[in-house]
Amino acid sequence: MSTTSDDSVSIKGAAGTALAHDSAALHVSGGAMYTDDLPEPHGLLHAAFGVSREAHARIVSIDLSDVINAPGVVSVACAEDIAGNNNYGAVLEDDPIFANDLVQYVGQPMFAVAAVNVDAARRAALLAHVEYECLPALLDPEQALAAKSFVLPSRQMARGDAADALAKAPHRLSGTTRVGGQDQFYLEGQISIAVPREDGDMFLHCSTQHPGEIQHAVARVLELSDKDVVVECRRMGGAFGGKESQPALIACTAAILARKTGKAVKLRLDRDSDMIITGKRHDFVSHYDVGFDDDGRIQGITFEHLGRCGMSADLSGAINDRAMFHSDNAYYLPNVHIDSHRCKTHTVSNTAFRGFGGPQGMFAIEHVIDEIARHLGKDPLEVRRMNFYGIEERNVTPYDQIVEDNVIERIVDELCDSADYAQRRAEITRWNAASPILKRGLALTPVKFGISFTATHLNQAGALLQVYSDGSLHLNHGGTEMGQGLFTKVAQVVADTLQVDIDRIKITASDTSKVPNASATAASSGSDLNGMAARNAALKIRTRLTQFASEAYDVPQHDVRFAGNNVHVGGETVSFDALVKQAYMARISLSATGFYKTPKINYDKEKLSGRPFYYFAYGAAVSEVVIDTLTGEMRLTRADILHDCGNSLNPAIDLGQIEGGFVQGMGWLTAEELWWDGAGNLRTHAPATYKIPTSSDVPADLRVSMLSASPNNEATIHRSKAVGEPPLMLGISVYQAIKDAVDSCGDNGSAALVAPATPEAILRAVNVARGHV
Amino acid sequence: MRNTVRFVHDGSIVQINNVDPTRTVLQYLREDVVKTGTKEGCAEGDCGACMVVIASLTQDHDALDYRAVNACIQFIGTLDGKELITIESLSKRGGALHPAQQAMVDCHGSQCGFCTPGFVMSLFALYKQRGTASRNDIDDTISGNLCRCTGYRPIVDAASAMMTESVATDQRHWQRGDTAASDAATIRQLVELSNDDPLHATSGHRQFIAPRTREALAQHYADHPDATLLAGGTDVGLWVTKQYRDLDTVIYLGNVAGLDNIEVTDVSIDVGAAVTFSALAPVLLDYYPELADLIRRWASAPVRNAATLGGNIANGSPIGDSMPVLIALDTTLTLRKGDQSRTLPLESLYHAYQDNDLGPGEFVETVHIPLPKTDQFVRSYKLSKRFDQDISAVCTGFALSLNNDNTVANVRLAFGGVAGTPIRAVHCEAALTGATFDEATIRNAMAVLRNEFTPLSDMRASSDYRRETTANLLYRFFIEVTQPEVATDVYNFGR
Repeated sequence: MSTTSDDSVSIKGAAGTALAHDSAALHVSGGAMYTDDLPEPHGLLHAAFGVSREAHARIVSIDLSDVINAPGVVSVACAEDIAGNNNYGAVLEDDPIFANDLVQYVGQPMFAVAAVNVDAARRAALLAHVEYECLPALLDPEQALAAKSFVLPSRQMARGDAADALAKAPHRLSGTTRVGGQDQFYLEGQISIAVPREDGDMFLHCSTQHPGEIQHAVARVLELSDKDVVVECRRMGGAFGGKESQPALIACTAAILARKTGKAVKLRLDRDSDMIITGKRHDFVSHYDVGFDDDGRIQGITFEHLGRCGMSADLSGAINDRAMFHSDNAYYLPNVHIDSHRCKTHTVSNTAFRGFGGPQGMFAIEHVIDEIARHLGKDPLEVRRMNFYGIEERNVTPYDQIVEDNVIERIVDELCDSADYAQRRAEITRWNAASPILKRGLALTPVKFGISFTATHLNQAGALLQVYSDGSLHLNHGGTEMGQGLFTKVAQVVADTLQVDIDRIKITASDTSKVPNASATAASSGSDLNGMAARNAALKIRTRLTQFASEAYDVPQHDVRFAGNNVHVGGETVSFDALVKQAYMARISLSATGFYKTPKINYDKEKLSGRPFYYFAYGAAVSEVVIDTLTGEMRLTRADILHDCGNSLNPAIDLGQIEGGFVQGMGWLTAEELWWDGAGNLRTHAPATYKIPTSSDVPADLRVSMLSASPNNEATIHRSKAVGEPPLMLGISVYQAIKDAVDSCGDNGSAALVAPATPEAILRAVNVARGHV
Repeated sequence: MRNTVRFVHDGSIVQINNVDPTRTVLQYLREDVVKTGTKEGCAEGDCGACMVVIASLTQDHDALDYRAVNACIQFIGTLDGKELITIESLSKRGGALHPAQQAMVDCHGSQCGFCTPGFVMSLFALYKQRGTASRNDIDDTISGNLCRCTGYRPIVDAASAMMTESVATDQRHWQRGDTAASDAATIRQLVELSNDDPLHATSGHRQFIAPRTREALAQHYADHPDATLLAGGTDVGLWVTKQYRDLDTVIYLGNVAGLDNIEVTDVSIDVGAAVTFSALAPVLLDYYPELADLIRRWASAPVRNAATLGGNIANGSPIGDSMPVLIALDTTLTLRKGDQSRTLPLESLYHAYQDNDLGPGEFVETVHIPLPKTDQFVRSYKLSKRFDQDISAVCTGFALSLNNDNTVANVRLAFGGVAGTPIRAVHCEAALTGATFDEATIRNAMAVLRNEFTPLSDMRASSDYRRETTANLLYRFFIEVTQPEVATDVYNFGR
């Protein structure tokens, strides 16, 4: 025992430090194990899906004899092999694992093959003879709306009297915005390994944001209880929402084949299958009608959103809700009416993707704001400012939540200064006047994004913290690691709470047998929820150690203090290790669970009103682009971002989320085009045809900052703010800058631009702007 | 004749018998020897998660040339006589990281980490090739690597940061994985392998033949006219990984002596069929600096490291990016069958989609690219959704000579993406030839060009877009020739 005390000794990895990702050294050396890298169980079989070639058809007959007889094939499973429920949909039971008599999209699984190797399985899966009776297929949301084809009932959100305000407004504009979908394009494709255990139990490795849901789905499919199924995931090679509900299909299929063969089964989708079979971001068509005054201030507005949900409900209800919740973005809409249609099409069922509907809602309102400015001949930024939420007034959202933490004015002021917005605006206007072929554009767009699951019950989390007698710790929680640095941040919280170096903490795989009923790691909530739950567990341990030290050293509890890997007990300092060892010898429990539920949130799901969000995250971006009016080619030449992370838990990780989100958002609105042919075949199903940004799409002049001295108003972990999703919507500034450049080309405006703004889309809009149509 | 593939990996000579001719390096790594640091992201050479580095002897056999390639579409036989370096080779387990790795950690260059080994391998190759790198060099180096998490800025920073580490640091730390194999030892091993008999690996009725001489190549192909000729494998690889085609006989051009030579004569740059785009680029750039952007935008760095000009031409895709400009330049080919040779203008090679002038057993031996003519204007423009590593919607090759009176003396306009083959716009050329090269002429020529082709609509672009932009790119060419002060270069704008 040492008697020296040094409070200045800080720990490694305290909350707020810019620590590297916990797996960084493993990532760069190839040692980080993803699901496909795990040592394979003895006798492992490899699986592949046999899929529909028609968008909408009755299956008249299906002959699998050539599949079964193909070299290396061990087993084939189809709907009749499912003991329990032939469904993996978590919300409605409309997602069959294997289509039985009806197929509803090209690529829908009808059966799966298990073979001795991957190649044999994939080749065999192509050998089925299927006779289809084709039915009419609805291939876009407008066709679906016309046919009244919906996966869920349409919903409305209203406040004030939009119709009256529109009628009385001095100016009125209406139009339509179109924004494409987006493939998640996680670099690691969907994968699951099912390993049969004794007595019918099933163990699964699965690349999933939601191990708990995998557990539940597999249990239902195999007619087991949740207790009989264990799901584990150490890390994913990216997810972005695409591994929230979708992995259940993969895991259930592996489990069905594992049950049938008695062998471990791995199902890893190749890239094309992954992109064809699994869901993406919803593309939206949004009709608007807006009334405003001479200053551009909105008096009334209506939206009619058509979201392409694909063939089933999946998470589309909540996604389309969130589009409605974000149709205001950072703007006060005094009289507003929003209709939302959840269109059923005969295409893959769309699903979660970073932003979860929010981006589509924001995309629409940003277009409207820009159109108001064009109509009035104002700089769009002026109209944006005119409509920002107020602090004391004009601060109620269309769903009746008071915006209590509004920092958008401050962000935009600071960003305008740092980005020289006004000066550049003038310079670009001059430059464009002298440049016949290339035109530049500039735009600032804000982001206000609501943080919490809108399904209130999901806003809970659990953690498990174990301290071993040598003073090392084992940390587990319900969150999953997909690259966002959640495991690092949560470990920082524990290190901070117990004042021990983060190296002492083993970060462990998400595991349904350690933390039950965990929500998906989604809605940007990972750190907020799991950080708090882990802190709760760490505080329990700290309290027990404090009580123990107080008694053992006979000092009051308030004289026991944890700092710098030591515990100061009265005048004495004892190392954390030593105190733990003493506590163990004194039979003190060194394992604790933690729990957290988000306070304050409460809203009426039927009326879509109340407080769905604990708080809002804010940011803004200024983008500058140049376009070629002969070809529609575009370059982003500079971007400035100021984003609000509250008191960042880890500025390095948060910076990565901001930059990565921005670039992903830019990709969504520029080069990433999902293209279906007339028969419903997705023809952009691999990186050869589906183009996510590369490094040269990112400007050398990229200036990203976090808002300083801006702790979260709410008592979140470390007063930080969620940062997973909000920065994606900063990418809207790139699209608006393109729109600005298009607008400079002629007198007919830029309303014709659609997203993704591919070269072709830009050229078409330029031609409209110039009246060449 | 030798049935065993032999290559160097982490200090040892690896020998594989009875190799399946189309088993990929990635399958070998992940499935056969369970080295799982190298990932599969797409199995088509478009994402870079599988990046490995191949080191080969320089011509003088005294140094190593390091090239990053996509393991997912490289067949194992192509490793013969080379060194294979994987992510596991870069540092000792638990030991100090290589500067390329350490910089990625320090700059927060990984998030999910799945693409990271591939990026590290690309950076490693860059590190080995040169001492400094501009932003453009770095973008080019990682043009074949996709990252979905970071937005690339930290990876670019890492590439810059690693350059500040001395080569001595690399030599101290880099010991080929857990071994202590030096460059010198590896060079000795590769020299030893270079004395091996030619590879002729059989697996059942299937075979991988890697002749060492042109004569042997010609003979094998004449004997097996149904064989698949393999050069870089950046297309053939996909026949296997995406289309599950069975290739029974593969004849590999990569080991044929002299077929990778570039010879510049008084009239032309003569490019052997096995010359990679990476090897061709600096030579072509010397003579045609105006093609810098096109060369930079040919596929991606790792694809250019494997892919060959001969393969691009022989494959004859209507959207291949080398052919339009080469046709515009009046490139000719030497074709060979057995001991017979003939020459053919490149444009005459193509009859129709996937139908060319090559007879059974006949192959492209040499590509003759004419040297620039005085006062010749040459441009090649590529349109695609993404600037780097994309396939053209439209690709153009323009070559123009003007008379002193500003009339068009000679013009050749060739296009990709507008027909079943790379094709010349003969009507538009006729409209220009002899006319005064002015706005009125070009507007007329654009109108002709708009109706010259009936391109397809597909996921890359609509027919209308292709027709409109072929004409507009002719206008861009006109502006660049007549009004060079006007800004037209969107690709390099602000860079």
